[in-house]
Amino acid sequence: MKVEGRLARLCGFGMTAAADAYLFQPTCEDDLRELLRLARRTGRKVLLRGAGRSYGDAAILPEAIAIGLERLNRILSWDPSTGLLVAEAGVTIGDLWRFTLQDGWWPPVVSGTMYPTLGGAVAMNIHGKNAFRAGTIGEHLEWLDVMDTTGVVHRLEPSAAGFRAVVGGAGLAGIIVRAALRMKRVPSGDLRVYAQAVDNWDQQFEVFERFAHDADYLVSWVDCFARGRSAGRGLIHAAWYAEGSSATLRTEHQDLPDTVLGLVPKSVVWRVLKLLNRRSAMRLLNATKYRLGTVIGNGKTEHQSLVAFSFLLDYVPNWRWAYLPGGFIQYQSFVPKETARWVFENQIALQQERRLESFLGVLKRHRPDPCLISHGVDGFSLALDFKVTPSNRDRLWELAHEMNELVLEAGGRFYLAKDSTLRPEDLRRWLGPNLEEWRLWRRRFDPDGLLVSSLGLRTGLIEP
Amino acid sequence: MKRFEKAVVVGASSGLGRAIALQLAQAGSTVVAVARREDRLRELAETRPGRILPLMHDVTRTEEVPRAFEDACRMAAGLDLIVYSAGVMPPVGPTEFDTAKDLRIFAVNVLGAMAWLNQAAERFQQAGHGAIVGIGSVAGDRGRRGQPAYNASKAALHAYLEALRNRLHARGVSVATFKPGPMRTEMTAHLSLRNAMDPEVAAAKILEKAHVSGEHYLSLGHRLAFAVLRNLPSSVFRRLPV
Repeated sequence: MKVEGRLARLCGFGMTAAADAYLFQPTCEDDLRELLRLARRTGRKVLLRGAGRSYGDAAILPEAIAIGLERLNRILSWDPSTGLLVAEAGVTIGDLWRFTLQDGWWPPVVSGTMYPTLGGAVAMNIHGKNAFRAGTIGEHLEWLDVMDTTGVVHRLEPSAAGFRAVVGGAGLAGIIVRAALRMKRVPSGDLRVYAQAVDNWDQQFEVFERFAHDADYLVSWVDCFARGRSAGRGLIHAAWYAEGSSATLRTEHQDLPDTVLGLVPKSVVWRVLKLLNRRSAMRLLNATKYRLGTVIGNGKTEHQSLVAFSFLLDYVPNWRWAYLPGGFIQYQSFVPKETARWVFENQIALQQERRLESFLGVLKRHRPDPCLISHGVDGFSLALDFKVTPSNRDRLWELAHEMNELVLEAGGRFYLAKDSTLRPEDLRRWLGPNLEEWRLWRRRFDPDGLLVSSLGLRTGLIEP
Repeated sequence: MKRFEKAVVVGASSGLGRAIALQLAQAGSTVVAVARREDRLRELAETRPGRILPLMHDVTRTEEVPRAFEDACRMAAGLDLIVYSAGVMPPVGPTEFDTAKDLRIFAVNVLGAMAWLNQAAERFQQAGHGAIVGIGSVAGDRGRRGQPAYNASKAALHAYLEALRNRLHARGVSVATFKPGPMRTEMTAHLSLRNAMDPEVAAAKILEKAHVSGEHYLSLGHRLAFAVLRNLPSSVFRRLPV
């Protein structure tokens, strides 16, 4: 049956997957209930979408009633004495810090960009550069309000069994409408950031483990083109909350600059990146970045604002357009610490063998998380960005499947917010018995299977 | 050629439709190829797995079109371009007046087109973008003695597409009518054609201008010749060997 509404082309953040759907943006719970009725009346599935920051196909579904939750975006209560904030699902991470930082509080977990919504962040159970210390965002929730597809709202506390299914459930196990989040008290709006260049994988893991004991944030860039004795070389940044004046808590102190190097307007930078976005130039850029890292700032500590350090992806507006027309996929795998080096070394060797090197590699440290669809491990993750072109697409997916095999063999995991390539057999091996348990909870919150996404269908997370 | 991410080609199992589907897929589009003949569709889909998606449908079953159209949009995960290329031109004897045959021509060439393109028009109007392409013919410019119903069907299609174009102009939707001349296809196998165009060449010319609203001939020669032919009085036209 036809739907009166805005027919929109919805796209994954990586721009490799897109689908038309009827997009609605409810502003209250009654609107949501009306949309669920509309879906039933028209025989269509419902897609839940936050800010559309998932890289693959998590927030698209052809011909669906797409519920964009961005306008359900009120901060409902805030207590600066306890740090407890209650907000609707469409509030973004940017909204959160802007609201609380002046009181000395910061979101306990943030992604590399401030644009995801709280609902999307919880549905994907996001992690940040402090994953080894703070875990995932789900671990900082006091409670969640979740609407089932009959329109009833349930309050779930972390002790409730369904909580572990909704958090990380990719928007397929109920509609997150509100959440109570415990914010993190910060002494200032700055971090002390220490940079260290590392020459190879040995040093990467050694330095990481050294800082993991006391750093608040830890992240490393990896040059995926380096091979032989230089394989795994990169640049580690460890950061600690800094003492500082209250002026650093002000939004003006946090705002990112409008220009690069004080000269080039940031709005044009993606065009420059697009010119460089090819294998030969990226090889050179990666090598240059490493060389510069060994001489500039190496072994030094500097102060950086929380925003500048946390939201690196927001530095260059529309940077992803540099990957047009084919877009890009981000491949992130999570591997226990005992086998991480073996897996990542082999992943990068495979890429080099196929001449499909990732243009960017990011290494992070993690800890296990309690959700049914869980990516957290006591180990490491390596995130890789691959440019997609018509000529490399098939080979790239083949490479991803081979890399999946390495991850699964090593007892590793995946992250649905980033995924574009998982197959049902990979998902089953990753989730094991958790998959059936999760599906039971999905049936409780969505008895007639209304909530669907292309990711859910592709990976076999939900039965068609 | 403008890139269309998601396309539907109706009448894709042979001739011009097939060539258009292949060239779209070659350019990176996801193409739903709609046709009646399953074996042909499968063979076509196998040439570009994952890029050309087969959908079996008989365009004369207009009551099934809304469902088939929705399936096509779901399969392509959206729609940017629809090409209606289905058409028939059965042999007609010089003294033959066969109503059943004529109705069949209209069912495929006109009613099928209206059923599919109405769906697309409504969708594109809602989306505020999209391109509709109808494959007409130079044969629709005049009523020739050889193919009365075929000529009339193409003339009807031209008028229908012009009306769509005028309706959708303000909605950001382009409607293009292409008027190929003789082509070497199965449909024209029973005719002895001189200077016929290969479907691949015609497909490339069509896709080059698929996003440009208006009526298009595929060669300057046709454009000039038919500018003259269209304006010839009937008393003169009927004396011509066409």
